[in-house]
Amino acid sequence: MAESAQPLSARARLAVTAGKAAAAVSRAAGRGSGSVIGGRVALKVDPELLSRLAGHLDVVLVSATNGKTTTTRLIAEALRAGGEVVSNALGANMPAGITSALSGGSEARFGVIEVDEKYLAGVARDVTPKAIALLNLSRDQLDRAAETRMLAERWREGLQGNKATIIANADDPLVVWAASSSPNVVWVAAGQEWKDDAWSCPSCGGVLHRPDDTWRCGECGFGRPMPTWVLSGDTVIDPNGSAWPIRLQLPGRANKANAATAAATAATFGIPPHIALERMQSVAAVAGRYDVVTHQGRDIRLLLAKNPAGWLETFSLIDPPPTPVILSVNARGADGTDTSWLWDVDYGRLAGHPIAVIGDRRLDLAVRLEVAGVDFRVCQSLPEALQQLPPGRIEAIANYTAFQDLRRTVGN
Amino acid sequence: MSTSGLRVVWVYPDLLSTYGDQGNVLVVERRARQRGLAVERVDVRSDQPIPTSGDIYLVGGGEDRPQRLAAERLRRDGGLLRAVDNGAIIFSVCAGYQILGHEFVNDLGQREPGLGLLDVVSVRGTGERCVGDVLGDIDEALRLPPLTGFENHQGVTQLGPGVRPLARVRLGKGNGTGDGTEGAWAGTVFGTYMHGPVLARNPQIADLLLKLTLDVNALPPVDDRWYEALRSERIAAATQAA
Ligand SMILES: [Zn+2]
Repeated sequence: MAESAQPLSARARLAVTAGKAAAAVSRAAGRGSGSVIGGRVALKVDPELLSRLAGHLDVVLVSATNGKTTTTRLIAEALRAGGEVVSNALGANMPAGITSALSGGSEARFGVIEVDEKYLAGVARDVTPKAIALLNLSRDQLDRAAETRMLAERWREGLQGNKATIIANADDPLVVWAASSSPNVVWVAAGQEWKDDAWSCPSCGGVLHRPDDTWRCGECGFGRPMPTWVLSGDTVIDPNGSAWPIRLQLPGRANKANAATAAATAATFGIPPHIALERMQSVAAVAGRYDVVTHQGRDIRLLLAKNPAGWLETFSLIDPPPTPVILSVNARGADGTDTSWLWDVDYGRLAGHPIAVIGDRRLDLAVRLEVAGVDFRVCQSLPEALQQLPPGRIEAIANYTAFQDLRRTVGN
Repeated sequence: MSTSGLRVVWVYPDLLSTYGDQGNVLVVERRARQRGLAVERVDVRSDQPIPTSGDIYLVGGGEDRPQRLAAERLRRDGGLLRAVDNGAIIFSVCAGYQILGHEFVNDLGQREPGLGLLDVVSVRGTGERCVGDVLGDIDEALRLPPLTGFENHQGVTQLGPGVRPLARVRLGKGNGTGDGTEGAWAGTVFGTYMHGPVLARNPQIADLLLKLTLDVNALPPVDDRWYEALRSERIAAATQAA
């Protein structure tokens, strides 16, 4: 349990009320859930509100380039075995959104919070977390995000001396670099499919040698720590050597990795793996991701992939050819406005699938697929793509705002 | 061109392949194969020697520390200079472009020597980072259609008398010197700040590299429909944004 549950100060109560009022006004104006604007107003009234709200909770932070929303949800489900949970389940993961989410949970015991990579160090300082789960770091939105290694460096500096238990992926060299300055780390062998941001040693710049599933710097010796939790196929092996089956409704290797990390995190709060994993089984979709919707008589599975590592994991979970595939890419502010990253995705892996491309940047996709030597069709819209594609369940893979567009179009 | 076919060398993918510039390799490879050429693609990691018998060398953009490491290892290796002496073509982007010059400013804020293959010197700009779509006119001597690309850099590159600008920008910053120049070239060595990747946005430049390698004036045409559609869209978008 967190520190004794003191009542919120008058200022904090006022801040919460002001935030909720602003959120209601924003909702009434049709601007979404209003959680971010609400949190912003609340933080203005009381800049220390976040730490005050979190003071009543056992807090878990979750950060990564990919999988943080899903893992937050899995950890939240697991911890509900031990008490009420408050969480920013909809992915509002910067300080204002986090403040807003916590404002709704006065009765909760646990706070399970997804944090944007850039804000992790600050939030970890403000909310005195009991645990921090770190999944992976890779290139994402290069026109505006910080360099990937710089992010790892910022995590490392921000987490130094933090008393939280860090649950970190031993297979991601950047995550290991970020976590290894902390005194209390639980290493999880969660795997790493995308390796192209970690050929260079985060410590000394030497070339990493990556035989089999391990890795080590040839120059300074910085290498993979010995994990105590291991994702092994469809099971997770706990520190006692017991293997627990992972049965999820969510597809793909990456979600098994998320579940393994979630189980290790839940264990730090005394929730045994079989209970944690059983509870995770109830999760069918996360903020629309993995949902199968019916639209214009077609079944469409909605898949979100925002960056090369995410696309790679997604390609490994889609149904094999001749399953039709829709690809949609935008380059609006929230996506990053540079589409060069498309060339770091191996679209040759889609050979044999009937493919339709849509989205604001469908012509970038067209040239990319042309050069990959796979057949495709350029369509103006989702309805046109649905008409053109042959029968069968459709896999629709989209980046961030393109995914939101898809959900709106199908009414999800 | 060697007898085994066209050798395309991708320099240091472990350090200089952060911004999708491997697309340049893919475009050269694809367009060569479409002309019936055999292509051998050689990816050289930074702990391996640079082969000196390649035909086309592609050097991409990278982050600040990897850029310094790449410069150190390329200087120590020396293979790229010998390849140029052998008549190879080098096409470089952003961080790679700066490395080909006399010097640039590294991640530690110090002046880092480059390879001196292009008569340019790069410093870190003091203004805003240059980010966005670019439209320019390529050096007339190269007889190519307008340049389109995406820039994302803080660097400012001054050209010396030994190079010509690759292009003059109509929209965007290019070399960042305020004189409208973008990139540089001399003989068979080219540098640009353009991502996109630049050869996907400008397949005519990829063809130029192939023509120089093969020493021919023309290549059989290929289906450029989607490239042309993309070019028109990006040129219109850059024009509208301005
Ligand atoms: Zn090292």
